[in-house]
Amino acid sequence: MVRYILRRFLISLLTLWLLAAITFFLLRLLPGNPFQSDQILTFEMQERMMNYYGLNRPLIEQYFTYMGNLLQGNMGYSLKYTNRTVNSIIVRAFPVSADLGLRSLALALPVGLFLGIASARKRGKAVDYLCVVISVIGVSIPSFILGSFLQYIFALRLKILPMAQWTTEMHKVLPTVAIALGLLATLTRIMRASMLEVTTQDYVKTAKSKGLSEGKIIWSHEIRNALIPILTMLGPMVASVLMGTFVIEKIFAIPGLGLHFVNSITGLDYTMTMGLTVFFGAFLVSANFLVDIAYGIVDPRIRLAK
Amino acid sequence: MTRDFAGIPKDEFEFAGKSEEKSELLTRPSISFWRDVWRRLFKNKVAMTGLVIILAIALSSLIIPELSSYSYSQQNLRNINAAPSSQHWFGTDSLGRDLWVRTWFGARVSLAVGIFGSIIPSLIGVLIGGISGYFGGKVDMIIMRLIDIIICIPQMIYIILIMLVIGSGPVPLIIAFAITGWMGSARNVRGLILKIKEEEFVLASRILGASHGRIIFNHLVPNTLGIVVVSMTLGVPAAIFQEAYLSFIGLGIKPPIPSWGQLANLGTAVFRIYPTQLLIPAIMISLTMLSFNLFGDGLRDALDPKLRS
Repeated sequence: MVRYILRRFLISLLTLWLLAAITFFLLRLLPGNPFQSDQILTFEMQERMMNYYGLNRPLIEQYFTYMGNLLQGNMGYSLKYTNRTVNSIIVRAFPVSADLGLRSLALALPVGLFLGIASARKRGKAVDYLCVVISVIGVSIPSFILGSFLQYIFALRLKILPMAQWTTEMHKVLPTVAIALGLLATLTRIMRASMLEVTTQDYVKTAKSKGLSEGKIIWSHEIRNALIPILTMLGPMVASVLMGTFVIEKIFAIPGLGLHFVNSITGLDYTMTMGLTVFFGAFLVSANFLVDIAYGIVDPRIRLAK
Repeated sequence: MTRDFAGIPKDEFEFAGKSEEKSELLTRPSISFWRDVWRRLFKNKVAMTGLVIILAIALSSLIIPELSSYSYSQQNLRNINAAPSSQHWFGTDSLGRDLWVRTWFGARVSLAVGIFGSIIPSLIGVLIGGISGYFGGKVDMIIMRLIDIIICIPQMIYIILIMLVIGSGPVPLIIAFAITGWMGSARNVRGLILKIKEEEFVLASRILGASHGRIIFNHLVPNTLGIVVVSMTLGVPAAIFQEAYLSFIGLGIKPPIPSWGQLANLGTAVFRIYPTQLLIPAIMISLTMLSFNLFGDGLRDALDPKLRS
């Protein structure tokens, strides 16, 4: 088990380094410089800014400087927001994204799993069809379109919920629902398929033939085993949801990380893009790492196979 | 000259005898695997509805922009944000461009990006997964560890960065999808190949002296085709969604060329006053994704040997 964990840990570190390195060099391949879009700056002033931030030094030297700082947890100053460090921007925006993400997950996870289980138990009945319809529609409507329509119906026509912003509890309802529906649909689909798969397994037959009650079989044999595939996808799902869905944050004017991300990439804010990518990557990689470990604990077959 | 068979007396007929050869013949024609799949798929009403909608949208996208008297970029500033009418069936946008033509021209772009953006990465995945699974050992280990690492990298970040490096438009989008999207199908195909390559027909082929390429492409790949086709079909709505998403944040398809994501993006700017401008592309995106999902699900059921009857 220790070897398994160590191995996964090394792979995670390698992934993170690769992510940082590729992003670093890819960003510099982009044409233009971060100060170009400021109309007032003359060419000479742009050059001076480039020198000030050390962006004219050899690329490989910049790379080692950046990596050295990154190892100490310092992601540098934003090139667009004067005098603000990337760390401080992340510290401010992340809790908002995480809040939104956790709310949607708290809504989607129990409902999705419940619908998946109900649907598989009543296979071929009306309940099943209803759940399948909900999940297919949920998967087929992009969240940004759903978000816009929720705004239109509930804020503009019915006027019962606020349109945008992120202040009171009422403001948080629509974006949460917009993100949750897609998650819920995916969870329902996978849980249903997984439950149907598990029901045909031999150990369920064994449990039935030794006289266990229906409820006990479902609870301690079927659901527990059916949750394994959910666990696999939950890691990346949690990571991406906590980091904020760019578009939902854009539509609802939520001051989370997603908005910064898009703006920093299109504005060529090198340090900001790097910082957000590394932060997001670290989040995703650690989520995957934790899932791998949880996987090894839940399912001994995986641990032994490696 | 017609004959009256009914008028012939019974004793005029004689017994033709049993044919040993004919009694051994199969009465029903043998059905190939793909014919059988198609037959089961054909019976699945929901999946066929999906297919019909897909074909209808694809056909309309090819025909309608050619027949219309407007072009997708032709502006008319004296008739902006018009409601749907007999002149402009879907109305006009904020530059007075005809939305009926733009929607169907956008369908071309979105469908092309969706279909090629799903097929090309899948094929790359089949190639890499096939090589990895077939050769096994060190090659397999290296490729699989590499995939373990690459798959952790958030896809959207890389698509955005690649788009910024190579520019925007349909072809760069497909290239970006191809670079970032092959890992899933490579993993699947590798797993299948590992199973299939131990079977007797592969051994027989190897004994007969078939080359590696021949075994991979004539024996192994056709046997993984079912799974690959399903994942390609279900990959199309995902690619359409990503195109819409990227165009929506202004990075996918650049104006004036329309795509559904782009139309939705323009629509959100004015949807508080003119909701139809968002409603139309939204319905098109959702309907197409829905149809591909339904068809893909049906295809998966049709290909599943467990469900064969």
